Amino acid sequence: MLAILRKDLLLELRTKETLTSLLLLGLLTLLILSFAFEPGSEVRVEAAPGALWVAVVFAGVLGLSRSFLAERENECLQGLLLCPLDRGSIYLAKTLANFVFMAAAQIVVLPVFIFFFNLTLTSGFLGVIVTILLGLFGFSTVGTLFAAIAVRTRAREVMLPLLMIPLVVPLFIGGVTVTHKLLVGKGVSEVAPWLNLMLGFDVIFLVVGWLVFEYAVEE
Amino acid sequence: MENLNFLFAAYTAVWVLLFVYILVLSRRNRSLEKDIEELRAMLQRR
Amino acid sequence: MGKTLLGNVLAGVAGSAMLLAVYMVFIYVPTDSAQGIVQRVFYFHVPIAIMTFVAFGVVAVASAMFLWRGTRAWDRLAHSSGEVGMVFCTLVLVTGPIWAKPIWGTWWTWDARLTTTLILWLIYAGYLMMRNVTASGEQGARYAAILGIVGVIDIPIINRSVYWWRTIHPAVLVTREGGSGLSDPRMQATLGVCFAAFFLLFLWLLFVRNENARLQDALEDIRQRVLARG
Repeated sequence: MLAILRKDLLLELRTKETLTSLLLLGLLTLLILSFAFEPGSEVRVEAAPGALWVAVVFAGVLGLSRSFLAERENECLQGLLLCPLDRGSIYLAKTLANFVFMAAAQIVVLPVFIFFFNLTLTSGFLGVIVTILLGLFGFSTVGTLFAAIAVRTRAREVMLPLLMIPLVVPLFIGGVTVTHKLLVGKGVSEVAPWLNLMLGFDVIFLVVGWLVFEYAVEE
Repeated sequence: MENLNFLFAAYTAVWVLLFVYILVLSRRNRSLEKDIEELRAMLQRR
Repeated sequence: MGKTLLGNVLAGVAGSAMLLAVYMVFIYVPTDSAQGIVQRVFYFHVPIAIMTFVAFGVVAVASAMFLWRGTRAWDRLAHSSGEVGMVFCTLVLVTGPIWAKPIWGTWWTWDARLTTTLILWLIYAGYLMMRNVTASGEQGARYAAILGIVGVIDIPIINRSVYWWRTIHPAVLVTREGGSGLSDPRMQATLGVCFAAFFLLFLWLLFVRNENARLQDALEDIRQRVLARG
């Protein structure tokens, strides 16, 4: 599994395709959402957590779709499947790789978010980063599984969002709520149940994905 | 008897949707059965 | 012709139960003092909602069995339950707002149960669509099964998150009666009969739809045989 992970990361470092897609899509979504709200208005500040997570979700969905499409075109997955490798390990490696890519994209997207929405950096921000990582991981567990499926269907541009968005609602609601609470200065104890929910989601779907991935890539 | 319209609308919606669905299913079933009979007859003739 | 007999028995029992249910809803049960006559929608809305989730449960179990065993029959059952469940889900989303509008003055409230049902509807839609967008039916069945299993595990989590979300933002409505507050035993009896009626209706529809799937497979089989003969 580590070998696949290394291979994915190395490949990405060279081509930077997925990373750039994620980055650009995230920034573009933030940009367009910025235009949706009056600068300096109350609404803008209230909407900021939502805007961030919308950007995360859309960039994530499109980016994941992109990465699997590229793989399919290069028939990388076929090659991988020929190796006597446990399908579950392939899934774990891909999930981890996708998570790393999405997290890396956030390194740029987050500061831009802070600029665009004029946020003051409070201590709560550390918590926001943790929440984002939790969300991205959960996103990756479900996303990797369904991107592998969606990319083999005819209506792939529609299938991945159609499948993913309903399924990751808990992550989205949790992410926005926690981000909002932390940014207005609420304590960790208030957001703990949400974080537990998101963590639970991550663990559960990592296991489910690991068990079920082989059925997704059978030819 | 206010809101009778809403009550009527709700129940009508339920019946219409169920009825249409049942109709569609029955029709499809019957046509499938017919096709199978035809093909079976064809097999026996050969 | 055991199948036809079963089908007819189910239809008969479901039909009778439904007739009784209609009688009880419209004539037997007293009008609710708080909500007036429109409250009677509740007697259908709630059982249909329950059956939607039961249907999805069947989808999930059948999907798991299909992935595990690979027998077509399980896939047919899953597909049938998915389609019937979708019909029921649509009915919940139609009757819900019709009930809500006169009572609360708004078509849609983001209350936890209705919102979860909406998301379930989208998952059902994805489930049914999956079978049409794949290269082979076999693949479609497998992918749909995966979605069924992931979906059923996710639904409680989704419900929990939406519920918490709503209790922070009780903008539209704080209280929503959805089964509690039935003081009159006649109301309870009516609800019970409606549960039974819709359960039987579900079984009958499931049976008919499953027959449909079975016949379709049989037709394909025979077609192959005819083609093979030349």
